[in-house]
Amino acid sequence: MTVNMTKGQAISLEKQGGGSLSQVRMGLGWQAAPRRGLFGKRTQEIDLDASAVLFADKQPVDVVFFRHLVSDDGSVKHTGDNLVGGAGQGGDDEAILVDLQRVPVHIDTIVFTVNSFTGQTFQEVQNAFCRIVDETNGQELARYTLDGGGNYTAQIMAKVHRVGSGWQMTALGNPANGRTFQDLMPAILPHL
Amino acid sequence: MTAELVRGQNHPLPDTRLEIRVSAGHPVVAGAALGDERGRVPGVEWIAHPVAPSLPGVDVPRQAGADQRLAVDLAAVPETVHRVSVLLALPVGAGGPTSFGKAAAPFVAVTGPDGTEIASYTITGLDSESAVVALELYRRQGAWKVRAMGQGYEGGLAALLGDQGLERPADLAASILAPTAAPTEAPAAAPTSAPATALAPTSESTPAVPGPAQTPGGPISYAHPRRRTVTPQPAPTPAPTPAPHPTQGQSAPTPVAGDAAGWSMDERLYNQVWGMFEDLARTAAAYRSACEFAESRLDRELDETLSDYRSRVSGANDAARSAARARHDELVERAREVLDRDLAQLAVESEVVEPALPPAYARWDNPAWHAYRPPAEEPMAVRLGDLHLPERTELRIPMLVRLPMERGLWVDSGRGRSEAAGLLDETELRRLALDSAVAHAARLLAVHPPGGFAVHVVDAAGAGAAALAPLVDTGVLAAPPARGAAGVTAVLDRLTERVDLLQMALRSGAADALPPGLDEARQLLIVHDFPHGFDDRAVTRLRYLADEGPGVGVHLLIVADREDAAEYGPVLDPLWRSLLRLTPVPDDHLADPWVGHAWSYEPPLLPPGSRILRQVLAQVAEARPAKRP
Repeated sequence: MTVNMTKGQAISLEKQGGGSLSQVRMGLGWQAAPRRGLFGKRTQEIDLDASAVLFADKQPVDVVFFRHLVSDDGSVKHTGDNLVGGAGQGGDDEAILVDLQRVPVHIDTIVFTVNSFTGQTFQEVQNAFCRIVDETNGQELARYTLDGGGNYTAQIMAKVHRVGSGWQMTALGNPANGRTFQDLMPAILPHL
Repeated sequence: MTAELVRGQNHPLPDTRLEIRVSAGHPVVAGAALGDERGRVPGVEWIAHPVAPSLPGVDVPRQAGADQRLAVDLAAVPETVHRVSVLLALPVGAGGPTSFGKAAAPFVAVTGPDGTEIASYTITGLDSESAVVALELYRRQGAWKVRAMGQGYEGGLAALLGDQGLERPADLAASILAPTAAPTEAPAAAPTSAPATALAPTSESTPAVPGPAQTPGGPISYAHPRRRTVTPQPAPTPAPTPAPHPTQGQSAPTPVAGDAAGWSMDERLYNQVWGMFEDLARTAAAYRSACEFAESRLDRELDETLSDYRSRVSGANDAARSAARARHDELVERAREVLDRDLAQLAVESEVVEPALPPAYARWDNPAWHAYRPPAEEPMAVRLGDLHLPERTELRIPMLVRLPMERGLWVDSGRGRSEAAGLLDETELRRLALDSAVAHAARLLAVHPPGGFAVHVVDAAGAGAAALAPLVDTGVLAAPPARGAAGVTAVLDRLTERVDLLQMALRSGAADALPPGLDEARQLLIVHDFPHGFDDRAVTRLRYLADEGPGVGVHLLIVADREDAAEYGPVLDPLWRSLLRLTPVPDDHLADPWVGHAWSYEPPLLPPGSRILRQVLAQVAEARPAKRP
């Protein structure tokens, strides 16, 4: 079952059975659009990057991205940089796993972002999507289609934040521009 | 029609009432373990073995024997059971073979109630294993199937049971195997937690064992092979059915030794220890960053109250400050709770893992060292000490270093910065440094196969004679310690030549062109009292060995105080940096690869008054192949 979330929609990550969500995965998949003209078969390589920024009281305290694959506390893990995408043909090319039970107590928000490192806009990417999956049962909680997404190179996708003793996810889907997550910081802060 | 299975193959079972026949040609103990959905055996009461032969749906023989029959009624096993593993182990001290490799391959057949064979499996390819999971019956979409396993365990029944997820597998294994041995031998099997294989030679060599008591393959009752097949009596084991529920609750699963990925127990334990190391590093990082954050937020909020003039006057200031403090304390307390929870879990895991470690990974006070036998192959790693963090100093992680070592070792006999070193006088510290270097060298010698590791010693002034005695007296050294400048030069020349030769062969890809008589052992050079007795040429050679040696199996173990070599100036800095610094007293100078905490290193201590080091070295010396003429 796929839930196509709309902007600003919030989902509580409490399970029906009562226990709260323990593991989520942010997945990112894409394929480069083929070039027209001579050597038309050669596709341009596009490198999209998934990042997760950990906030405590609106201050960034840790970030997980392709140069820092595991947060210092071990709760957030990046599966590794994929430079070209497309391999999975619909599967996740990059993923970030979050063990919500292990997230340190002071961290109250985790923001997921997608950037185009090579600079192409989402118009040039095919079959690009990002999604949030409940890792315990494989159920997709949210999905965004990025391709044809206009003249943007980044998206602030969603945030997972503490509500009471559990976690809640809010879809943000905010387009932005930037090469890495650092460029997005000003755009992220209003969403906290 | 009989299906002859090969390892890993499965086969559907047409009937739920089965008989499993084992014929081994030598006495074996047969048992069955009932596992849940995840393959775990929830507890001891879920194992059918000669002492407790009946479980609902499963009956196993009461004695060891060359031919065994197990009766299984899969319709009668509890709902929670998803897997029935058929186990075979060699009885201890019955005079039979001590490993499956020394006897004919066991044959296992699954037959229906009318005796027709459904599937059979010959367990081939076993070698030094003394326990094996022969078959597995498992539920798949409501139906039962059989799979040929043939998973052997070198660590014997204890390792097998540990792998099934049981706690205290060694005790359980001993209790299962003990009655199968002659009764007089029971005390020999009782006290130690060493694996069954380690026990076997001991009980064999016990002269007090009366001959007639041993009845290898003794008379087995075939009178009622299918007794109670139809109506398994729940009376002896009323507990099992409610038992699994508490363990499946929200509480953390009980840790098990070897609970990590790997091809062998050695590798799994190694990975598990590293997993614990990483978990501890990260848990501490989470706690520290939460505390740091709480601290900085408190500072900020206190600053804010100070800068607000109105509240200063009105006295709301004090309230704001105490509120900020309360917020700080509350966050730190929550962080502490999480930390305590994680540390408790790691402590439980450590308690389980530590006794299960093989000698190469074990502390010197581990009974594994008393059961030491020179190994047939080298382990993945060796323990050079313990590591701990200030958050919980009693939780110690073994510091395992991969073999072959990539860098040399430097046991620092200088003061350094550590408090513990400051309390000792200089001679005492130097003595301790050499003692711990000798212990490291002894451990390296012991964990390599006989003849696979040669130790050279340079002790220019002869000042270390007393501390080196264990190595010298037992005769494990390649040559007596080199004395004086001439001795130093001779040893360094020999090793330099060796490294040069091997590097040349390695680089030109002509490893087979090496002289036939070349000794293939790894080499360790212990240098005591550096740079005493070293001239400039010798120092250069030592640096060459430190840089080029590890690639071709020539390692350094330098015992030195950096101050002594101060006159060389910065020239020797790269040498010190290239060596792994260890200390003879606890010192926090090691960083982990994940978050870079400062870990306190603790050298491995020999139990006071223990003779274990000499015992082990004597065995190493004895096992060493005779020198070529």
